[in-house]
This record gives sequence, C-alpha cells and structure tokens, in this order.
Amino acid sequence: MDSNLQEQLQLLPVYFQGHLALTLVALFMGVVVSVPLGVIATQSARAKQPLLSIISIIQTIPSVAILALVVAMLGGEIGFLPAIIALTLYSMLPIVRNTVTGLETVPAEVVEAAQGIGMSSSQILIKVRIPLAMPVIIAGIRTAAVWTVGLATLSTLVGATSFGNYIFTGLQTRNLVAVTVGSLASASLAVSLDWFIAGIQWLFENKTKGRPSQRYGQIKLAVIVATLAGLSLSAYALWPKPKADFIIGGKGFTEQYIMSGLLAAELESVGFTVDLRLGMGSSVAYEAVSDGSIDAYLEYSGTVWANVMGKSDNPGRIAVLEQVTDYIQETGDLVNIGSMGFKNLYGFAMTKARAIELGVTSIDDLVPIAGQLIGGGDLEFFGRPEWASVRDTYSIDFAEKLTFDTTLMYSAVSNGQVDVIAAYSTDGRLAAYDLIMLTDPRNALLPYDGFLIASTAAANNQKFVSVLQALVGKVTDDTMREANKIVDVDGGTIAQAISYLRGVIHLDFIAAE
Amino acid sequence: MIELKSIQKSFDGGRSFAVADTSFTVSKGEFLGLVGESGSGKTTTLKMINRLEEPSSGTIIVNGKNILDQNPESLRRNIGYVFQGIGLFPHHTVAENVAAVPQLLNWSKEEITKRCQETLELVGLPYAEFADRMPNELSGGQQQRVGVARALAANPEVVLMDEPFGALDPINRDMLQEEFKRIQAQLNLTVIMVTHDMTEALLMADRIAVMKDGQVLQIDTPAQLLHNPQHEYVKDLVETPKRRTDRLERLMQSANVGLS
Repeated sequence: MDSNLQEQLQLLPVYFQGHLALTLVALFMGVVVSVPLGVIATQSARAKQPLLSIISIIQTIPSVAILALVVAMLGGEIGFLPAIIALTLYSMLPIVRNTVTGLETVPAEVVEAAQGIGMSSSQILIKVRIPLAMPVIIAGIRTAAVWTVGLATLSTLVGATSFGNYIFTGLQTRNLVAVTVGSLASASLAVSLDWFIAGIQWLFENKTKGRPSQRYGQIKLAVIVATLAGLSLSAYALWPKPKADFIIGGKGFTEQYIMSGLLAAELESVGFTVDLRLGMGSSVAYEAVSDGSIDAYLEYSGTVWANVMGKSDNPGRIAVLEQVTDYIQETGDLVNIGSMGFKNLYGFAMTKARAIELGVTSIDDLVPIAGQLIGGGDLEFFGRPEWASVRDTYSIDFAEKLTFDTTLMYSAVSNGQVDVIAAYSTDGRLAAYDLIMLTDPRNALLPYDGFLIASTAAANNQKFVSVLQALVGKVTDDTMREANKIVDVDGGTIAQAISYLRGVIHLDFIAAE
Repeated sequence: MIELKSIQKSFDGGRSFAVADTSFTVSKGEFLGLVGESGSGKTTTLKMINRLEEPSSGTIIVNGKNILDQNPESLRRNIGYVFQGIGLFPHHTVAENVAAVPQLLNWSKEEITKRCQETLELVGLPYAEFADRMPNELSGGQQQRVGVARALAANPEVVLMDEPFGALDPINRDMLQEEFKRIQAQLNLTVIMVTHDMTEALLMADRIAVMKDGQVLQIDTPAQLLHNPQHEYVKDLVETPKRRTDRLERLMQSANVGLS
C-alpha cells in the first residue's frame, strides 16, 4: 500500500472516535434542547415567532464565525466544549422546525377526541401529539444529523479532533490523499447515521403490536446493534485519557504542522508524553496558550505585534522581537523560549520570467506599473496591516486584488493569472515555481521571526525548557524552506519533513527518506 | 339525569348567540335526538354538556351535580363521547383505543383487558380478531364500532354522540343505528345524539329537540312531532322523510308498471 495512504489510515481510529463523539453528543444535546423548544413554540403563539426567528438567524451566521465566537465567549477555551456548543446551536433549526410542523399537523379531530375522552393537555401532548408528530420530528433529526457530521469537520479549527484534521492538514500540505480519506470518512459517517435514524423512524411508523413481521425484527436488531456500537465507541472516545505531560499547539499550515511535530518529537525523545492540537486559527492558538489549554507552539513576532498588540509601525526586526517578548510576559504571563532562526514574513513574489520582463527587483520598481498588474494574496493578506503598510508606504495599489487558498495562489502566479503574489519567505514553493522575492527597501513589511512561545507553567519545567532551547537558532531560512518543500512540492509527508529537520538539527545525518 | 337551564353561548362577547336561552331535561335511560341544520347550535349545545365549550350563562346539571363544580377532565371521563370524525388514535391498536378512558381512570390491567373484551364483543368485533389491529386496517364501519366501544368502556351512564354515523355508507349506518339502539336499551344509557338526519332521529330517539338559530323550537316524541308540529320549519323538517318515502314509492310503482 502507498505509504501516504497507510499513514492516513493509521490516523483513522482516533479521528473517527473524535468525530463520532462530537456528532453524537451535539446531536443528543440538539434533540434535548430543540424538541422542548418546538413544544413551547406550539403551545404559545407569542413565543413561536421570536423563537423560530432567533434559531433561523443562528443558522445564517457562517459556521466558522460561530466557532470563533463560542471560543471567545468561553474566554479562549478550545477543544471539545466550544465545538459541541457550536454544533448544537447549528443542529437546532431543523429539529425545532420539524417539531413545530409535526405537532401542528396532528389531525384536529384526534386532538378533539383526546380532549373529549378526558385527557388533560399534558396527557394529550405526551400520549397523542408527540407520538403522532414523531415521524416528522425524526425526519428533522435526520437532517440535523447529516448537517452535524459535515460541520463537525470544522471543529478541527478550534482544536477538537475530527475528520477535519484530515481535510485541513491535507489542504494545507497539498496532501490530496488525506483530503480524500477525510471527505470519504465524513460522508460515510453521515450516510450511516442517516440510515440509522431512518431505521428508528421506520420502526416508529411500522409499529404493529402483537405480531411483528420478520423484517421488523431484523431492522429492530440492526438499530439496537448500531446504537450499542455508537454508544460504546463515543463513550470510549470521551473516556478521560491519561493526560499527556505537555500539549503542543499548531496553526493550520505546513510549516506549523512540521514545527509542532518537531517539538513533539523532541519532547518525546526525552521521555515526555505529548498531545497535539493542530490546525488552529492564529488567534485561537494565542488564546489557547494564554489560558493554558496548550503549553507551547511556534509563533511569529510580527503576528503578535500586529494582531495581538495592534501595532502598525515597524521599528525593525530586533526591536519588534524585544517588545513582543516583553508584551507577552507582562500581559499574558507567557514566555519567549527563543527564536528558531528563520523568519517567515510576507513578501511580494513574481515568477523570474515576469520579473525580468518588467524589470522588477524591488517593491519600488512595482510602483509605476502596479496600476496595470493583478495582485494575489492568501485569504487574509489584503485585510492585514502588512498590506495597509505597503500600500501607504509605497503609495501602491494593484489594478485588481484576488485572494486564494495558498496552494491555488502559487499556481495562479505560475500560470500568469496574477502577476505578483504576497508569498511567505520560508515557503518551499518559491523555488518550485521559480519565483523570486522582491526586496522591501522602505521596510514596510513586518519581520516575522519564528519563536517558541510557552505558558509560564510549562516554562517552569526545567527539562521542558532545555529541550526546546536546544532547538533555538538551529533552523535557518533555507532549512525551513527545504522542510516545507518536502511536503508542499515533493509530495512528502509531514513525518518526512520532521525527520529531515531533526537530522539537520542533530547533525546525525538521518536520511530524510 | 341531564338538565340544561337557560343556557346561552356567545362566541363574540354577546353580540350574537350560537345558543340562546335553551332549557331542557333528559331523564335517565332516555335517548334525545338534537336535530337542526348546520349552525343551528346543536353541536355547541352538546359540547357544553361535557365542557368542551363553556356556556356564557346558565346552569347544566348532570347526575345531580353542577358540571361547573367538577374538574372538566374527570367529568369527561365519566361521560361517553362518540365523535363525528370517529377520532380514533391512529398510533394505538383497537384494544388500546378502547382502553383509553379506563387507563385514564387508573383501572387495573386485568379489569381493562376484561372490559375491552366485553365492549368489543358488544359492538360486534370479536376480541381475538380485532384487539391488535391498527385503526387504518379497519373499514369505516368497524372504526366507528371501535369508537362506540371506546365511549362505553368506562361504563358511563351518559353518552354524547356528535353525528356518529354521518360518515358511514348507508348499509353500515343502518346496521349500526339498530345495534346502538339495542345497546342503549340493554344498558339503559342516557344518550344525547346530534344529527342533521331527521330519519335517523325519528328511528332512534325517544324524544327529539329541533333547533334553529340557537333556539329549541320544539322538543317532543317523534309521534308528536309528526302529528303536531308547532312551527312551519319543524313541519317541513319532519315531513322530509315522509316526502322522500312517497317519492320512492311512486318511483317503484312506475318501475313495476314498466316491468309488467
């Protein structure tokens, strides 16, 4: 079997458990909250419209935004809890709506009959209306289940393990095998869960007492087996695991996957146990280390400078790093263990051919012709202070500005769809696509020194600190670029890039496969 | 057994009356037909007796007690009710439907099963064959038999019926009318039945109250109504069955002439 596929399939049990637990818990919470809300909505005409409106509005908020908002509301807590809250909120609409519809479409004559024989309104609700509405309610739960399985992939962004780990890692590291495995796994889970609930629905609709058919018995057995399997698997996934000594975080791009893996490998080599929280959003990672959800990760000086401290000036590489170190110490009780030795800054890049054709080597050279050029950036670049700084310092703007997923951005500049892109200086794809970085003579672009940020608690552990300090200064721009290239260009795995880096760091010439 | 005293019902705060100043008495074991066209107030009058509607003014006494002094649910559990649309619980078996009221009254399991058997046999549905069927597996006639069995399950002395046979085909309607009359006599039930079918009322009821525009125009035995109608409308109404019979006879005669 292909070694990449093999590596992905080894991850399947862990991701599956995480995804299943997220889905089942969120769906269970969704049912527990939404069915009573649906009942309330049908009982009280005054509550109905506001309730349905609020739940519909929740649905219109983009799911990634809900996740981010929940994390912020929980004071930066990441992992299972915020994911569950967001998924539960998202599952509510179809369940509430179907509960209302189901209850309202119970035939009036049946309700009147129940009243006429002397049932109280709560007895009518429990014995007549809810059972008769059940097929419609279950149909709503089916819809919610399929949505929840799909959305649970986004939980990866807030540090909860799911099939999303495959998808986001795969997208960032150009590992289409991982993306495919993740998508197929998620789709199969959605279909199985849908069948499972459909089975329950069938049992409800075909309930004939006294003489159950053979088919009824078979479906009942299948539903019971699936219930037990699902419950035991998610119980296993939720069962408290022995806590690892340290939790290493990482953001969602290749360099980060490699670096968090490197940190984990180094810590494990001296006997620590390590848990990884990968693929976090940039601000999520900082919040997580601040509240101790993670112990350390690779951060960049410019990111803290601009995004956390809100600065827009550029006092130079050394000054930025010093002020950032002071700032995180004072405001967040966080420690800068030291710089890795490379800097991953945004810079403008063009294909060598196009640069020669236009006679461009620096951003200054772009100024007179930028009005005829198309600029490309990743999803956030044109909204970041770096772009504002370049625009204002050089009085420059492009005829058109397009944003891309980074992988697509490189192919766009390479095949001429855009003229110039905001690339990352350690990106292995610079060499692969034959791109050159333009110089920044007016120092408009912030420095992005990669440094190891750690919580004070973790930094108090002398052994932990000494393991990480051994890495300080060991990874140069070229080394990092090469490691990134192994994954992004050569189609290698993260593990291969990590072993390459460890080889360089320890100078013991472990071949990078 | 049932006494209505100056009952009024308005659905619009007194501007108009669905039932206006109605009084009548039904004695134990009596079968009263409540006849009138749509909107005459007959169904509203019936529903006030088990408090599915509350009267705007007036008093209703059932079994010597003012119904307003009783909890509506327990009042209803002691009064059988047969519905126009049959109204069986579609998610319950025949036996569970019949057992509905005894269950609300917390009878023991054995009592309930025994009573289900009795009432189903009474309405002509063998227990062994029908108990476990679902309502949608039954014909319309069988469904209304279950409806009658459900109304009788808790041994009520009073049974209210709202157009109980209206949805049935003529043959089933005929059969059920006769059977119910027999059951009513056998159990000495006090019955009020709403119908717009004068023939049905004449054939089944001991007395008939004719309602129009919320008022009882005349309340009398079938014979008295036929021979001594006190309103033009009542006369018209009671003569309808006779007129139809006459037309049918003429038709049959001409058919016979044609045949010979």
